[in-house]
Amino acid sequence: MNQEIPTRRVSTARRAFVLSGAAIALGALAGCNIGGPVSFNGTDITGADFGRDFRLKDPSGQERTLADFKDKVVLVFFGFTQCPDVCPTALARAAEVKTLLGPDGDRLQVLFVSVDPERDTPEVLGAYTAAFDPTFLALYGDAERLAETAKEFKVIYQKVPTGDSYTIDHTSVTYAFDTDGKLRLKLSHSQSAIEYAADVRKLLHAA
Amino acid sequence: MNHFIRTFAAAAVLAATAGSAFAQANVSVKDAWVRATVPQQKATGAFMQLQAASDSKFVSASSPLTPNVEVHEMAMQGDVMRMRQVQSVELPAGKTVELKPGGYHIMLMNLKAQVKEGDTVPFTLVFEGKDGKRETVEIKAPVKALNSTAKPAHAGH
Ligand SMILES: [Cu+2]
Repeated sequence: MNQEIPTRRVSTARRAFVLSGAAIALGALAGCNIGGPVSFNGTDITGADFGRDFRLKDPSGQERTLADFKDKVVLVFFGFTQCPDVCPTALARAAEVKTLLGPDGDRLQVLFVSVDPERDTPEVLGAYTAAFDPTFLALYGDAERLAETAKEFKVIYQKVPTGDSYTIDHTSVTYAFDTDGKLRLKLSHSQSAIEYAADVRKLLHAA
Repeated sequence: MNHFIRTFAAAAVLAATAGSAFAQANVSVKDAWVRATVPQQKATGAFMQLQAASDSKFVSASSPLTPNVEVHEMAMQGDVMRMRQVQSVELPAGKTVELKPGGYHIMLMNLKAQVKEGDTVPFTLVFEGKDGKRETVEIKAPVKALNSTAKPAHAGH
């Protein structure tokens, strides 16, 4: 794989970010097995027999499947807009990843799948993802479709009553699909935007 | 009053303690903020730094925005994010305890209106000392953009 590309791409990203970002990216690359199989910051789940596809609606009501995002690396995260913490943090990180990718950011598609179809109306979902990046897309399905999709993606979600409202426990991983729509990586919520961006870059250039 | 201003300098604090002397204000609040919402979004979180002069607990919060204000703890169990209401947050003497994404937060639920960036949200925070004495601190927390990330004040990770 080409070691030069990722670093050069970083240096075209926002200036303030460049120095620390590139330094850490280099650090990450140093641990990379040169000439061997591509190593990722996320967990390599290439060949997974789950997360094969989805059929969900976007806020405009259009049905979407993975095929709609061919030639892009797709990041999929499950969450709900009432989440005060993990979901906005994950989407803010995804926006940072896009910035770190520089021109390659156009080849990244971030999808936010709602686990709260009861409260996450198309209007709320559309406004919510747009607050992070106008290209991010929220997807939803009815209760049954959501259950199917979550099962396919090995994602757990569980309504938890609190006061006269409820919150939802949910799996916080981000899945990364390559440009052929194949599930490749499981990224952890504890990983940084720089680690995510390095993996996306590898999927874009060394796949 | 000077002492009071110094203690709470970083936060927009209006008044402390219910009726008793300011000099006894035990808990200081810093860098409070609320995450903005989009229209029709019904819940959001508030984050801040708390420091108590003597061992205390943060027991509750209220706000005129909604009657549904709870103190929550977020925790990861494996890959799963779990959020639960907690009865109190321990504030050991002299230690800064952060309510921040990935840990504790104040949860505002059943919001009637959008919480907009640039607004300020009043909160009444209730603390309890070892002796069971309660202290009330009023703060006004600025609303930051929905996509704000936790800005660690000191040692990040
Ligand atoms: Cu909460």
